Amino acid sequence: MAGVAATFDARPDTASKFEANPATRDAPWVKYLIIGLGLSYFAIFLLLPLIAVFVEAFRKGVGTYLDALVEPDALAAIRLTLLAAAISVPLNLIFGISAAWAIAKFQFRGKNFLITLIDLPFSVSPVVAGLIYVLVFGMQGWFGPWLREHDIKVIFAVPGIVLATIFVTFPFIARELIPLMQAQGRDEEEASISLGASGFQTFWRVTLPNIKWALLYGVILCNARAMGEFGAVSVVSGHIRGETNTMPLHVEILYNEYQFAAAFAVASLLALLALVTLILKTYVEWRAHRPIAREEVS
Amino acid sequence: MSGVNKRVLPGFGLSLGFTLVYLSLIVLIPLSAVFIKTSTMSWQEFWDVVTAPRVVASYKLTFGASFLAALINAVFGLLLAWGLTRYTFPGRKIVDALIDLPFALPTAVAGIALTAIYAKNGWVGSLLEPLGIKIAFGPPGVLVALTFIGLPFVVRTVQPVLEDLETEYEEAAASLGATRWQAFQHVVFPALFPALLTGFALAFARAVGEYGSVVFIAGNIPMVSEITPLIIITKLEQFDYKGATAIAAVMLVISFVLLLVINGLQAWTARRTGRAV
Repeated sequence: MAGVAATFDARPDTASKFEANPATRDAPWVKYLIIGLGLSYFAIFLLLPLIAVFVEAFRKGVGTYLDALVEPDALAAIRLTLLAAAISVPLNLIFGISAAWAIAKFQFRGKNFLITLIDLPFSVSPVVAGLIYVLVFGMQGWFGPWLREHDIKVIFAVPGIVLATIFVTFPFIARELIPLMQAQGRDEEEASISLGASGFQTFWRVTLPNIKWALLYGVILCNARAMGEFGAVSVVSGHIRGETNTMPLHVEILYNEYQFAAAFAVASLLALLALVTLILKTYVEWRAHRPIAREEVS
Repeated sequence: MSGVNKRVLPGFGLSLGFTLVYLSLIVLIPLSAVFIKTSTMSWQEFWDVVTAPRVVASYKLTFGASFLAALINAVFGLLLAWGLTRYTFPGRKIVDALIDLPFALPTAVAGIALTAIYAKNGWVGSLLEPLGIKIAFGPPGVLVALTFIGLPFVVRTVQPVLEDLETEYEEAAASLGATRWQAFQHVVFPALFPALLTGFALAFARAVGEYGSVVFIAGNIPMVSEITPLIIITKLEQFDYKGATAIAAVMLVISFVLLLVINGLQAWTARRTGRAV
């Protein structure tokens, strides 16, 4: 599956095992050289940008920082970002469950092809993702004349932003659920049905508890991308301040107007969102595999 | 237990039907618009747009910088994956969790942060300035941004394979008199190679389409530091929908090819390691 390498997966801690075994233990100088090189790279390319966001945000003091966040255009951008995520995440959640149910619980022809198609949005450039909706709903697009007659705006308006967000976050939840539900098979569900449970009861009481952590994991990643998307949304937004600007677009506008402290202030909210996402993600990974670990011990 | 014709579980028609309708409406039909729009152009018209000198310069930069960034990430991603799975050191768990930052951090935020650091008055830029090295607002800036966004891919594809690798192979190598380097070269590396290549391809594919983090740091000078996705945006802003769509069609075909290559590589990795990636 292309696009994102982070998948919900068991991650045993193996380092101490490798270090205890003389056959897999490296000489101390090798160890410190590799850790040194790896961590320097990590610090320069990952840690430094993260710190820079917060340092730049507070460069002109806490007052400027707070002003940038409560300014009406910033608040409108925050609202729009929340709205786009609040629509796209639930829709992609329903899609993810539905696709995983069909693919994991039933046999049909073309299944692998379907899985590849579901992954497709990950390999499409965000700019192209925005462009396709301009071609369909824009003034010169397929439905352009019809939409104009009925006074409906999709492109350079909120619906376009929501559509572009749905596209770029399309595979997130499905791709977490499909491999997990395929691995789980359908024995438990079949037992539930043959014992007289309805389809909905089976899903609610049998399937959902089995997939809840993977589901949550997918939702967290989907939400982070939905709130942070820039390229696709930029194409369909039209950049109307206070109306069609999401938080990342607001950052861009402030930055291009040389209001660096304000740009970084809004950016720092998005960086916080990223940190919260990583914390939740790590928690879910840890939580999801704890019961298994406990079973192995007992 | 239940065959194709005897379905015990309910909801096949509903779930598959919804999946196909949603997939078509959101992804397939809009994507087809690119090819349908492109097909209204004559071949000559299409060819002139996609091979214009400024566009060709953007391909060279986009693919060249993406390739280099993926290569850098292959080397350092392998080092990081090795360090994180093989050694214990303080703060390892935090480093491990932060590796995914480029997935979680919005690209626009990454873009302005990297620009602030690598501009000539920035933390790193001011150190390199006296040496005559200029990163931001030129092609090296593109490379830096693409390296940032591609960083997690190699680490996350190589890590699980390294964790699953049984110690027996290296024990056998050691007992047969191999040095650690020989064991790595002849035993560990061949086992890692498919995953490493998959991570490289994922990082490359992601970098080719990247826009948000690059536009801030690149300087966007035509023929010099303009990436292909930016050319699409520029054409759209000039209401040149045909031109934008033609270049998008080229990008899409390349994405599809990369997707097929990556699927092939992942199948290879799974066969080699007996593990789905």
